[in-house]
Amino acid sequence: MTESLNVTVDRREGLAVIYTEGYINNQGGEEIAKVAYKLLDEGFKVLLLNLGGTKIVNSIGISILIEIIEKMIEIEGRLGFCCLTPTIEKTFQIMGLAQYAPIFPNEDAAVGQLRA
Amino acid sequence: MAGEAVMREVTLALPMVPEMEIEASKTATSIAESMQMSPDRIDEVRMAVVEACINALEHSRSTDKEIFVTFEVVGDKDPEKLRITVRDTGIGFSPSELEEPVIEDKLKSKRKRGWGLKIIHGLMDEVEIRSGSEGTTVVMSKL
Repeated sequence: MTESLNVTVDRREGLAVIYTEGYINNQGGEEIAKVAYKLLDEGFKVLLLNLGGTKIVNSIGISILIEIIEKMIEIEGRLGFCCLTPTIEKTFQIMGLAQYAPIFPNEDAAVGQLRA
Repeated sequence: MAGEAVMREVTLALPMVPEMEIEASKTATSIAESMQMSPDRIDEVRMAVVEACINALEHSRSTDKEIFVTFEVVGDKDPEKLRITVRDTGIGFSPSELEEPVIEDKLKSKRKRGWGLKIIHGLMDEVEIRSGSEGTTVVMSKL
């Protein structure tokens, strides 16, 4: 029954892409945060969260994503999201996340904009 | 709800253990699919069900250790809406005293949580919350 989350990372020049697959609940959110903070320790200041493999999230998981956004603001880094389902995007809009972490329709657009 | 015909009804009694919200969301998906609801609207229903269940699982402190989720297909000849009721027998709360979460405040606050009801209101067409010393009932519908 457990809906686990798989997180993988693609480190590129000046930017790292975090891919998720599965349910972003509290454990999933913490897993993403662990990976994101490790990337910040490695010196990455631009992160892209590709949620293409995630079909469902909950507000506890999203609250951990807000912690990551707060951290990115603190270090003057940039965080973006891409490949969200329409419902996850709508949820992020309801919560106001898009004001602080832009949402892109696909990875190419996101990488282009975040690197600019 | 008076005057509304219920074509089909399913009730789940869920133990208060982690990830029970996923079981409720699966039932929501099956019933919404049977109503020919669009995939995006089904997703919205799933998400709202997850949030309502998490609120009950996390905050109700129900001694029954169960929450009850009822799915009703409402309509006369054809399905007109899906009504979902999430009920717990916990300590209740005062909805009018809840502060609406605002991202600017949450970014500065230690407590980032507290978004469930805002998400439910944003995703569902009708939402009613009744809460008191005998528990909380969230009734939400998708037309």
